[in-house]
Amino acid sequence: MGTQTGISGKQADLSGWGRFPRLTGRLTRIRSLDALRKALGPHPVIARGNGRSYGDSAVQVQGTLDMRGMAHMLSFDDSTGVLVAQAGVLLGDVIDSFLPRGWFPPVTPGTKFVTLGGMLAADVHGKNHLRDGSIRQHVDWIEVLGPDGQIHRASASENPELFDWTLGGMGLTGVILRCALRLRRVETGYIRQSLHVAGNLDRAIEVFEVATSRYAVAWFDCLGQGAALGRSVVMLGDHAEPEDLEPAQRAAPYDIPRRRPLRMPVDAPGFALNRHTLRAFNAVYYRAQARKAGESLVDWDRYFYPLDTVLGWNRIYGGRGFAQYQVVIPLASARAGLTELLGAISDAGAGSFLAVLKRLGPEAGPISFPMEGYTLALDFPVSDAVLALLTRLDAITAAHGGRAYLAKDSRMTAETFHKTDPRAARFAAYRDGIGARGVFASAQSERVTL
Amino acid sequence: MNRRVTILGARSDIAMACAHAFAAAGDDLTLCARQSETLAEAAQDLELRHGGSVTLRELDVLDVDPQAFADDGDLPDVVICAVGVLGDQLLDQDNAAAIRSVLRANFEAPAALLSAYATAMEDRGSGVIVGISSVAGDRGRATNYVYGSAKAGFTAFLSGMRNRLAKTGVHVITVKPGFVDTRMTEDMDLPGALTAQPAEVGAAVLKAVERRQDVIYVRGVWRLIMGLIRLIPERIFKKLSL
Repeated sequence: MGTQTGISGKQADLSGWGRFPRLTGRLTRIRSLDALRKALGPHPVIARGNGRSYGDSAVQVQGTLDMRGMAHMLSFDDSTGVLVAQAGVLLGDVIDSFLPRGWFPPVTPGTKFVTLGGMLAADVHGKNHLRDGSIRQHVDWIEVLGPDGQIHRASASENPELFDWTLGGMGLTGVILRCALRLRRVETGYIRQSLHVAGNLDRAIEVFEVATSRYAVAWFDCLGQGAALGRSVVMLGDHAEPEDLEPAQRAAPYDIPRRRPLRMPVDAPGFALNRHTLRAFNAVYYRAQARKAGESLVDWDRYFYPLDTVLGWNRIYGGRGFAQYQVVIPLASARAGLTELLGAISDAGAGSFLAVLKRLGPEAGPISFPMEGYTLALDFPVSDAVLALLTRLDAITAAHGGRAYLAKDSRMTAETFHKTDPRAARFAAYRDGIGARGVFASAQSERVTL
Repeated sequence: MNRRVTILGARSDIAMACAHAFAAAGDDLTLCARQSETLAEAAQDLELRHGGSVTLRELDVLDVDPQAFADDGDLPDVVICAVGVLGDQLLDQDNAAAIRSVLRANFEAPAALLSAYATAMEDRGSGVIVGISSVAGDRGRATNYVYGSAKAGFTAFLSGMRNRLAKTGVHVITVKPGFVDTRMTEDMDLPGALTAQPAEVGAAVLKAVERRQDVIYVRGVWRLIMGLIRLIPERIFKKLSL
């Protein structure tokens, strides 16, 4: 027993949250810097957090490093909100620990079950990208174990190239060990939400373009056709102030009613999800949301993480798994691009429980996903027909100057990737320059040739 | 709750899970281990996550005067002993020094330390003593009887102390975790349904302290399994490979 040199660990089934593709490879739990150093070379490795990227970003058949064993919070400055923590810390634990003291993550993805390391590697964005940027704008510094086995500290001023390429670099520059993250001061654990029903895509875009709230997201009925194409509910939100709360809530403004988690115990049978059940679900959901139009107070957990309450919801798509498809279309061609994308999806009769539209602000990092425009995210149960549809969507995205989000991707070809994201060549060159290419690689980076 | 909780052998995954469970319940902790300074980050983490205070204390269980250790400083409300090593049955079984060291680490040292706390708590008239023992102590098996016999001794010791202290206000809890997904078992292939996460053990220990339970199996199925294993007649049992 025990670790000698090279990679130890066990053979394990490896996949992302979408459970597609499924690979088998060596998984090593990393609990110390020593163990991590021993795991580097001669085979390529990739760090993995809580496995919430959808495809194969955090899968390496030759050596996947489970970093959740390095999960200490190390310091917190109550005057600035700066938390220093190891990369394996879960975002949900940050909220549990610091919301009661009045602090909230400055940017959050749609699940709290992500590690800080995973958030930084994907340079995640939230419903506030237009206003606050992606997570990189809130990181003071990071520490990265490079391909040389040394720890490098990087920030906007120290090793700025490493900082730039690591945020959004999908673990391909090294293993993120620690970070200093600036949390946001909030006065309550609630969000003041206003719902706007948009009968079609143009209306939805109008709501986004005039919104002044911190958070904005639209949920789509992606089976809407013709004049109802893009029928959606736009949800705007701001952190509530104490005076927004009921008197009883004001006494404990950070306490929210706890939700009892449900668990999806088994894979749903394949027939449970088809165009008819989806159409019914989408229509019912749309009407239910539309009825609630107007202002309301929603607690942080329901507002930011509505799906987290169903543990293992990824099994709803059945045994073959699902593919999440998220692309951004630049502002100038957003309307045309989104119309074409939604039209192609609607024509194919393929739908998803979750079709989400967000407005993104300007591009910040050299390999980060966001750019000024609109981002559409959908998921589909994997089938040959769906994979063919996604290839058509790739072509539409490319034609409108858009690009895909690596944290969601599970099937894009190298050709599509390099065509839609010409920054890839510079990233590959940077990786070569620091000697990262043979040391850090994921199934995804091999697939898209990074 | 703000109890003072001392954890002996604090480096193990089960000990750390207990630390998180009790800290989250509002308790102050003293973590005792060898090279305790290397637990500084873990201590900071506990304080940041849960509030409360965490103190580190040097303890080498094989080289300590148990009574002096227990009497030094404030007597805690709860003491949890997670001291132990798994050993390697095949390497250890023919090696007297190895057998002795596994027996010492899993039985002699924990028994001596908890005894020292028992005496002090008995004088005070209150306290909870928790021993992390093992299902391996429920019946000796070829695959792990060096470790198992030490745990059997520890289980009997805890049972006897519980009996002795029952009328004094001091409560003794025996914890038999079953398979737990820890560093100790990392290289084993454990069946998922029988294998607890360390956090489950932490939660179960906290619950046992709050409800003053006597003997707990972390996953209930283990009580059944070990009950059945104990029922097998020896003339059959000796021929089985378990």
